[in-house]
Amino acid sequence: MAPVLEARDVVRVLPGEVPVTLVAGITLSIGAGEFVAITGPSGSGKSSLLYLLGLLDRPTEGAVLVEGRDTGDLSAAEMARLRLEKLGFVFQFHFLLPEFSALANVLIPMRKLGRFGDAEMRDRALALLGRLGLEDQAHKRPDQLSGGQRQRVAIARALANDPKVVLADEPTGNLDTKNAQIVFDIFSGLARDSGTTVVTVTHDEHLAAQATRRVHLVDGRLVDGAAG
Amino acid sequence: MALPLALDVAVTHLLGRKRQTVVSVLGVALGVGFFIAVAALMQGFQTYFRQTIIDVSPHVIVSDEFREPPVQPVESAYRGGAVDLRGLRPEDERRGIRDSRAIIDAIDRIPGAEVAATLSGQVVLRFGGTDEAATLIGIEPDREARVTTLAQDIEAGSLERLETTANGILLGRQLADTLGATLGDSLIAVTPAGVTRRVTVEGIFHTGIETLDSNVAYTLLKRAQVMQDRINVVNQIRLRLDDPNRAPEVAQRTEARFGYKAESWQETNQNIFQIFTIQNAIMYSIVGAILVVAAFGIFNVISTVIFEKTRDIAILKSIGLTEGDIRRIFLIEGLIAGMIGALLGWAVGYGLTEVLASIRFDFSADPEENRFHLDYSLLHYAIGGGFACAAAGLAAWLPARRAAKLNPVEIVRGAA
Ligand SMILES: Nc1ncnc2c1ncn2[C@@H]1O[C@H](COP(=O)(O)OP(=O)(O)OP(=O)(O)O)[C@@H](O)[C@H]1O
Ligand SMILES: [Mg+2]
Repeated sequence: MAPVLEARDVVRVLPGEVPVTLVAGITLSIGAGEFVAITGPSGSGKSSLLYLLGLLDRPTEGAVLVEGRDTGDLSAAEMARLRLEKLGFVFQFHFLLPEFSALANVLIPMRKLGRFGDAEMRDRALALLGRLGLEDQAHKRPDQLSGGQRQRVAIARALANDPKVVLADEPTGNLDTKNAQIVFDIFSGLARDSGTTVVTVTHDEHLAAQATRRVHLVDGRLVDGAAG
Repeated sequence: MALPLALDVAVTHLLGRKRQTVVSVLGVALGVGFFIAVAALMQGFQTYFRQTIIDVSPHVIVSDEFREPPVQPVESAYRGGAVDLRGLRPEDERRGIRDSRAIIDAIDRIPGAEVAATLSGQVVLRFGGTDEAATLIGIEPDREARVTTLAQDIEAGSLERLETTANGILLGRQLADTLGATLGDSLIAVTPAGVTRRVTVEGIFHTGIETLDSNVAYTLLKRAQVMQDRINVVNQIRLRLDDPNRAPEVAQRTEARFGYKAESWQETNQNIFQIFTIQNAIMYSIVGAILVVAAFGIFNVISTVIFEKTRDIAILKSIGLTEGDIRRIFLIEGLIAGMIGALLGWAVGYGLTEVLASIRFDFSADPEENRFHLDYSLLHYAIGGGFACAAAGLAAWLPARRAAKLNPVEIVRGAA
């Protein structure tokens, strides 16, 4: 079976008077149900790699494949469609729409996808919020929620369309130990129980150790754990 | 929840900037409202004016003039400027339409056309100690009644009495007042031909057109011809058409056939109609300027929203909304502002028009002249609304395009 997410000799250079190399040639293959932790020093290119794997950015050289399909020749709209259907993002700063309730935030990807009716979308969103322990918070706006709750709403939104892969960039960076552990427990459960692939960047050694696989970056290159 | 996502986000953005949104919506409403009111006023006046011309004056006037000076025989013999004539003295003949009978017969055969011939000349009227110079117009009363509104304009006496009494005359009201003459008075009339006649006032008319009421006297065509010593001569043939819009065509055909200058009412009044065109252009420019200002308001709101909401745009794009979706959100915001502005503007315009309609002046005894003539045209509402939405759409389009191009990676990096 083809890997869910694959990077082949991916290079990303920011053009300019002094070109900056963000990612210096990475080959990486991630299968279904893997829980991958990307670690590395600050500025090593972790976020850059995540944006490339998440189809938010395009490589300067090399290829990113989703379920075996090369994404290099896709249009911006086709990339957006793949993000909508197969990928879910979680950022360090929860990034919720501030005027929308927790429920409304979780509904956004479903409404864009348009696969379910109004009532079904609502049921699914409430079920997701329930799975993340937020059943009582559905109608609160983000500014009425704690940091940990907001990050769980963001995870619920990332899961709204049953993605193949959840990509998270330091999702626990702003959380205390307890909430950080909750987030990682959710990720572990996702990978283990529903076969959802999780790729997360983290600085925290203790959390990274809970992943099924670790990838270490230095200066835009993989140092170990690259095979697979 | 039933709202489409883009509309939902758009409404949320506008509600988040209520005051600024309201101001820009009011700008649009004022632009549309003023347009509707001013258009009703100007269109109404122009239509009223046009209708008055159509009602009161002949639709085509054939006069004893030629548009081109007559070609001199020596010029047609030596074409191309071989001879250059200067100091030509026109033949000292008295002008007039020579073959008037043929022209009248020809026009009588045009369906929907009425025709009347007149001879006008100078006269001095004397009553008591007062002498007044006036224009004496000879008419055929039955034909004249079908071509102009003279029959309706008679205030005292009647048009028919011109035919039944010897030496009858009709005076404009101001002329009669100046002379101090009333119905039945006997006046002395002296023409440049040297004919002196005693005439009796058989009617007094009032058209509302000052130059006619103060300066014109009517008598029978035959009598005028005798008094001016111009037997069988007329100098104007006037037409009235069932369809006034055919006037230019009828005028052109008549002129082509008989050579005499034939002028349609459109040509006679073309200066005024040109002024109307300029008025309309000024009106559209002013309204356009108001709407441009209103559009700037919308541009401002949307630019501000986009600036404040770059993070939201990044989220939506990372979720999988396309550039088109993002553009649509902000276009919808502009169109909402434009549409609400247009709807409010319709109400403002209707209200203003009603106010204008209720205004009364004290200009004249005729109530028709003491009010604004307003044209309640749905077209104005459509134009105003269309303009507003187009301006709003354009004002939104520019920032929306920029928003759609925002790169989520840069925004997410910037926030991290
Ligand atoms: N717009 C930019 N212009 C110049 N250099 C940039 C730009 N964006 C990123 N970089 C550089 O690219 C390199 C990789 O950045 P990236 O954000 O991927 O690192 P990171 O591993 O996520 O770091 P952190 O742990 O601090 O988040 C860094 O050295 C960074 O300084
Ligand atoms: Mg980073």
